[in-house]
Amino acid sequence: MEQKKMSEKIREITGINPRKCMKCGKCSATCPAYEEMEYHPHQFVAMIERDAIEELMESKAIWNCLSCMACVERCPRGVEPGKLVEAARQLVTRQQGGNYLLPDDIPARLDGDLPQQALVSALRKFTR
Amino acid sequence: MIYSYYPGCTLKTKAKELDIAARRCAESLGVTLEELPQWQCCGGVYPQVKDEIATRLSAVRALVAARDKGQTLVTVCSACHHVLKRTNEDLKTDGNFRDKVNRYLELEQPYGGETRVIHYLELLRDDIGFDKIKAAVQNPLNGEAVGAYYGCMLLRPGKQMGLDDPENPEVMEKLLEALGAKPVVYAMRNECCGGYQTVTNPAFAQKKAEAVLHSASARGADCLITACPLCQYNLQKTDGGVPTYYFTKLLAKALGVE
Repeated sequence: MEQKKMSEKIREITGINPRKCMKCGKCSATCPAYEEMEYHPHQFVAMIERDAIEELMESKAIWNCLSCMACVERCPRGVEPGKLVEAARQLVTRQQGGNYLLPDDIPARLDGDLPQQALVSALRKFTR
Repeated sequence: MIYSYYPGCTLKTKAKELDIAARRCAESLGVTLEELPQWQCCGGVYPQVKDEIATRLSAVRALVAARDKGQTLVTVCSACHHVLKRTNEDLKTDGNFRDKVNRYLELEQPYGGETRVIHYLELLRDDIGFDKIKAAVQNPLNGEAVGAYYGCMLLRPGKQMGLDDPENPEVMEKLLEALGAKPVVYAMRNECCGGYQTVTNPAFAQKKAEAVLHSASARGADCLITACPLCQYNLQKTDGGVPTYYFTKLLAKALGVE
């Protein structure tokens, strides 16, 4: 898929128009994963706006989002970068070999207390 | 009062005590929780893109089962509650999703989000009432300094969850007051514990949990309460000098049904 089409796909499956962003930076200010990302939430929005999707899809930043919805709740313009990040993940995991976490990776990560909920959530967020 | 009850996978395994205490407390307050027969996984997480249909179907089945019994659906796990409530909202507001779901499931009676979906905390606050709970307390918590930890999934997005003010929640503080504890309000009570990143990036998750614990202990909390098994895991795993318990543990203790 060419970049422009992928960017349109993200707009379609999130229902978000990145051009509504007024660049206040509140999303990045409130993001608990800010320090773990080379691109930050306000930058995701700008990247989608200018169809720079490949950069975003190749970035490790999208996998470090906590899906905590702080930016979704606090965006004053309804742009909700957390949803855009999830859509970018989806475009990656929907490709052949695009999974970020494999079931075979799980046994090494188990400890006696890890709740089932954590495994289901991680596999749902990282894997198709 | 009889309610449909959805426990979810973790309450049947790693968080059994959350399930058992919740049922016991409800019973002692005159509420019967009837476990939904043959319930399936809630989906674990709510998919934030609109074209994910199949991953929301199992949540729909639980919602329909409660509708068929004519009961309100109660959940204790923050994650299950989040997925069930938001999927229910989607069925009310997204005609395309509702149409696809109904055609796929071929229900005898179409479903459009009629079930009332509540968290156990809403059951305590709205249907039972904190006054009644206060009157039922056998062992008051003697002014113990307790911080409520909300995390993400109970509150956000505020418009869809409708459980409390997403920035200044008070439902757990009010509960703590009813039980005789002294609620401690601290800055990080509605920030992320590290969530499912604990599976792929545990060091990162730990940093988030530490920030929560430090914020709570700096405000003088002796312990924290949570409704979420994943928050419980992340906070408990981190050495922050403040133990974390399920809120039902303190409730059961105060009601004398431990």
